[in-house]
Amino acid sequence: MRLAQQWVALSTIVRKEIRRFSRIWLQTLLPPVITMSLYFVIFGKLIGSRVGTMDGIPYMQFVVPGLIMMAVLTNSYSNVTSSFFSAKFQRSIEEILVSPTPNVIILIGYCLGGMARGLCVGALVTAVSLLFTDIHVHSWPLTIIIVVLTSLIFSLAGFINAVYANSYDDISIVPTFVLTPLTYLGGVFYSVSVLPEFWQWVSQLNPILHMVGAFRYGLLGTGGEHIGYAFAGILLFAAVLFAVSLYLLKNGSRLRA
Amino acid sequence: MTAALSIKNLRKVYGNQFEALKGISLEVQAGDFFAVLGPNGAGKSTTIGIISSLVRKSAGEVSVFGHNIDTHFSEAKQELGIVPQEFNFSQFEKVRDIILQQAGYYGLPRARAEVQADKYLKKLGLWDKRSEPARTLSGGMKRRLMIARALVHEPRVLILDEPTAGVDIELRRSMWEFLREINAQGTTIILTTHYLEEAESLCRNVAIIDRGEIVQNTSMRALLQRLNKEVFVFDCANTLTAAPVIAGHVVGLVEDDEHCFEVEVEKGQSLNQLFAQLTAQGVQVVSMRNKANRLEELFVSLINGQLDGKEAE
Repeated sequence: MRLAQQWVALSTIVRKEIRRFSRIWLQTLLPPVITMSLYFVIFGKLIGSRVGTMDGIPYMQFVVPGLIMMAVLTNSYSNVTSSFFSAKFQRSIEEILVSPTPNVIILIGYCLGGMARGLCVGALVTAVSLLFTDIHVHSWPLTIIIVVLTSLIFSLAGFINAVYANSYDDISIVPTFVLTPLTYLGGVFYSVSVLPEFWQWVSQLNPILHMVGAFRYGLLGTGGEHIGYAFAGILLFAAVLFAVSLYLLKNGSRLRA
Repeated sequence: MTAALSIKNLRKVYGNQFEALKGISLEVQAGDFFAVLGPNGAGKSTTIGIISSLVRKSAGEVSVFGHNIDTHFSEAKQELGIVPQEFNFSQFEKVRDIILQQAGYYGLPRARAEVQADKYLKKLGLWDKRSEPARTLSGGMKRRLMIARALVHEPRVLILDEPTAGVDIELRRSMWEFLREINAQGTTIILTTHYLEEAESLCRNVAIIDRGEIVQNTSMRALLQRLNKEVFVFDCANTLTAAPVIAGHVVGLVEDDEHCFEVEVEKGQSLNQLFAQLTAQGVQVVSMRNKANRLEELFVSLINGQLDGKEAE
């Protein structure tokens, strides 16, 4: 397939994905905005005013980056799992698999779709957060790179989940039993510095903690002591997940008998 | 001349060690209308699955117009259009969008894709439904949608896996006309079907697969010539109390119909003589018909191994 044709195939997948989540915006875009608004009201305004500061910044400001990231990663993940699994379930995935579209284009297309939804929800949540607090961005490039890479990582993770899933139950197990606990324990609502030393060490194994920390540093300029390691880890994580996804797309028995 | 489809020693062993294909070889020439017949589980859909890359082969080679599907994946795919047995499109998408997306997966620029999509929507009688979600279509329309989708990038080989299953007779006939038309325009068509009448009516060449092996690969004419016995049902004006006696033929009455009897006619036997004997006995024949589909009889005998080894091409 020539490069121009690959571009057409890629834009076809991305357009289809964006149209899908836009068509059902009541299920995809609105609920996370409402949920995050409630978090801002309850944790930020009501409880936050009693907490005071966390890591030296007002609690309301502290939770904003975490809640934005939480919205981005859960929506990137769920967009790819639900879209790809539903295509597998309805067998419409065969439309792409029988075509000359290279596997790498299929993967990038689905990830861009997931990232589009994740970033779209992230932007909406950011806009809502501005109703509650002011944000003076510390580093635009770092903030954007971290949020985009995180969105990519969770789109890839969602893709792997969708490839392995055999039923709709299978696509809710990981978000419920893995993603949600890791997110809540990933420094969204508290700083790990408030934990006992052992749990601080355990928390370091949670990748979401580093993503939220790096994003918070980009946005607010606090807690950036290990930003280099965090950034390298995020890049490595994205590369490994991309390679695994590509392998599954080519050789996975769940897609090709 | 390069074959439209060339399959060499194709093998497929599934994970449970079931050997679905035992090294089949097959060539379909450009412009042919080719039938692949076989009972359920014979290996027809596995073969199509491998050609379309939905099934991974265990061994062998597949080429489409000389493009190997392993080494020249993209070129081979551009030549192929696949109409699967089961509906495999998103039920929530609109009809035209489904076709446009497929065009996109084949790299057709949007403007050309729109022209192509509209052309096949009109040709296949789906134009009025173009803005409807696919789930609202009838079964026959869904089949036509899959044909339009498979043709949107103008493939030179169209493979249809039981395209008229569950389609009413009128629609089936109109689909046959359409397939004949695109075949006449140069598209090579490979068809699997359970309707043997369909294969007999449309196809020039035929391969019969059974238990993962090709048991026949010949022209339809040659295959039908091998049929050495047919049963004709005669409808007559007289009321019959006993079957007429016709020398050289086995004759029997048709149950619950006192105006009908059936006669076995072997290949080469004269029908004139048969009619002469009937006339002599005062039997007035009003009409006659073939009792069973000829190909169906032959197919059953081939699958049962009755004609094994009598002819091989």
